[in-house]
Amino acid sequence: MSFLPFAVAAWVLVVGLYGIVTSRHLVHLIICLSVVQSSTYVLLLAIGYKSGGSAPVFADQPPSPRAVDPIVQALTLTDVVVGTTVTALLLAVAVQLNKRHGSLDPDDLHPLRG
Amino acid sequence: MNALPALAVAVPLLAAAGLVAASTVAGRRFTDVWSGAAAVVVTALGVALLLKARDGTVLHWFGGWRPHRGIALGVDFAVDPFSAGLAVFIGFLFVVAFAFSWRYFTVVGPLFHTLMLVFLAAAVGFSLTGDLFNLFVFFELLSVTSYALTAYDLQEEGPLQGTLNFAVTNSIGGFFVLTGIALLYARTGALNMAQIGQTLAGHAADSLVVGAFTLIVVGFLVKAAIVPFHFWLADAYAVAPTPVCLLLSAAMSELGLFALARVYWTVFSGALDGADEALRAILVGAGVITALLGAVMCFVQRHLKRMLAFATISHAGLFLCGIAMLDPVGLGGTAIYVVADGSVKAALFVCVGILGHRFASVDEHTLHGRGRDLPISGTLMALGGLALASLPPFGPFLGKALIEGSAKAHGYGWLAAVFVLASAITGGAVLRAAGRIYRGWGVRDDHGPDPYSVVGDEADLELDASRDVVPRTMTIPAVVLMIAGLGVGLVPGLPDRVQAAAMRFADRPGYVATVLGGRPSGPLPAAAAKGPEALDWLFGSLSIAGAIALAALALTHGRIRAALAPRLERRASAALTSLRALHSGRVGDYVTWLVVGAVTLGGLFAVTIG
Repeated sequence: MSFLPFAVAAWVLVVGLYGIVTSRHLVHLIICLSVVQSSTYVLLLAIGYKSGGSAPVFADQPPSPRAVDPIVQALTLTDVVVGTTVTALLLAVAVQLNKRHGSLDPDDLHPLRG
Repeated sequence: MNALPALAVAVPLLAAAGLVAASTVAGRRFTDVWSGAAAVVVTALGVALLLKARDGTVLHWFGGWRPHRGIALGVDFAVDPFSAGLAVFIGFLFVVAFAFSWRYFTVVGPLFHTLMLVFLAAAVGFSLTGDLFNLFVFFELLSVTSYALTAYDLQEEGPLQGTLNFAVTNSIGGFFVLTGIALLYARTGALNMAQIGQTLAGHAADSLVVGAFTLIVVGFLVKAAIVPFHFWLADAYAVAPTPVCLLLSAAMSELGLFALARVYWTVFSGALDGADEALRAILVGAGVITALLGAVMCFVQRHLKRMLAFATISHAGLFLCGIAMLDPVGLGGTAIYVVADGSVKAALFVCVGILGHRFASVDEHTLHGRGRDLPISGTLMALGGLALASLPPFGPFLGKALIEGSAKAHGYGWLAAVFVLASAITGGAVLRAAGRIYRGWGVRDDHGPDPYSVVGDEADLELDASRDVVPRTMTIPAVVLMIAGLGVGLVPGLPDRVQAAAMRFADRPGYVATVLGGRPSGPLPAAAAKGPEALDWLFGSLSIAGAIALAALALTHGRIRAALAPRLERRASAALTSLRALHSGRVGDYVTWLVVGAVTLGGLFAVTIG
């Protein structure tokens, strides 16, 4: 088991957060949010990975003791669904904001303060 | 095998699906009745579960995948009286919210009700589940539906920005929870909470466990709106439709804190066995800061929904202090406080909704003196202010007194002062608004529109026109909620029963034996809770007096204050201005605070526990 995938997951998380904090465009910001989420995909898959392991398919073939963990793959799939929902919803909000407000710069929004 | 727990989630989901299927033919009234009926059924199922859970934790293994030789294979719902009680409370809130929305929207499509029903299903599943990943999925379902409901009024900038801040911060919280779950799975190979807890127990917590703990705690504290993760809440609640506000305010933070308590006791309490003291200090610290900051921010608002949003934040801090005692007494007190205070806050939101419906404004100064012919909602709002300030002997007072009792036993007797302060300030803000709006007290403010919030008057689609009458479907929900919130304190024997339920909730070995070993947990243990003492009555009267004094002081329009202590007045207003400037409405700032808070909390946990 290599350390690399975990370092990548942490890096992707930090980069995504940095992107959100400094973003000047809502679409960029929303994509950065899905970058943050991608770090969870990498982490989950890295946890279940076995070097030299086969796909966790047990039908029609002798069970292999070196199959990778299917549970984390199922978790990742669920996670992808969740992420898509959030991204789609937020992009819809961004489209609507652009229609109403004519700008996608988060600094231009200010009805909510104090 | 018992199908009741699964039904409590399946019924609202099926009702939502049915509503979408029938959306082309279903009329407005059918939609209302259909979803209201679904909420009633869920509440009834919750009550049935509660009655059953008193005789032992109710287990449901989905697909019949029971544990094999003490190893959990499937996903379970494990229902103890606490989780069932929470499901009943949520069901009740939804019944009231559907009743309120009956006449609230001029035009509303079936999608609003569909989203509400999915929200209900997610909240109930979140309360009942015994599986950590399942908890995350319900957490996300809960979040996504509440984002969509907050943005229901898509025509205006305010709701869109509020939703954006809400969704981005809460999604990051969700990813933190998931990362924590992934780390726990890497360590234990399990997702069942009992199983993880059993595997972790008996080993000292190492850095991986502390890291996972931090991530999960931060994720749930974002939902619970604890400082510095609280910014989204005020933005979202200020712009969400009132029926949604009612639910969010009474249930959302509470669900976050419930999950925190659940995960602490089932998963981490074994591994963090010796760290009680440190953990208590850290969580109490966060709770105190939240309670005071929320209270001050509540007092300076004139946008009524935003005022109640900050009251929600402040009281979430008080709830966290109760849970932070990490014992059944504090937990039981918090449960009573959550139900009582949540109902009162929901009733106040309904009062604000009535004002908005009638006068097309939710601004305290615009509404000055206009509520004179609304005696019922005026009385309710004043009562609500007193209840927030924990009027003895009613619900919030009882919960607060129980928490204070537990705090004293742990050497945190000074928390009582924080409770008095926070409840006096939030109650005072509501009393001030009630006096100004319904009695016309105070000097008319000619400063024009609120310089801080542009949301409010013209920003809400729902507030498009003022009307002459207040429908009964709005007044009755407010009355029912207020009676529920106040009445919780008067049920004889309730503290004992709640404390017994809290003991069951906090019994990790018992939970493991029931879930993994299949050993029936039996009826609840006997418990005798110590009721409010003379000192608690004194504290209660103190915060009532404080609330009334603060409201009176604010209604004299600052002239007395300015005359008495001009320098203090200037300094205080400078401090308030910078505090309000922190709540910038920029999502980037909020995420910065989130990261800073997460790193601080993680550092504190690492130093004290790891």
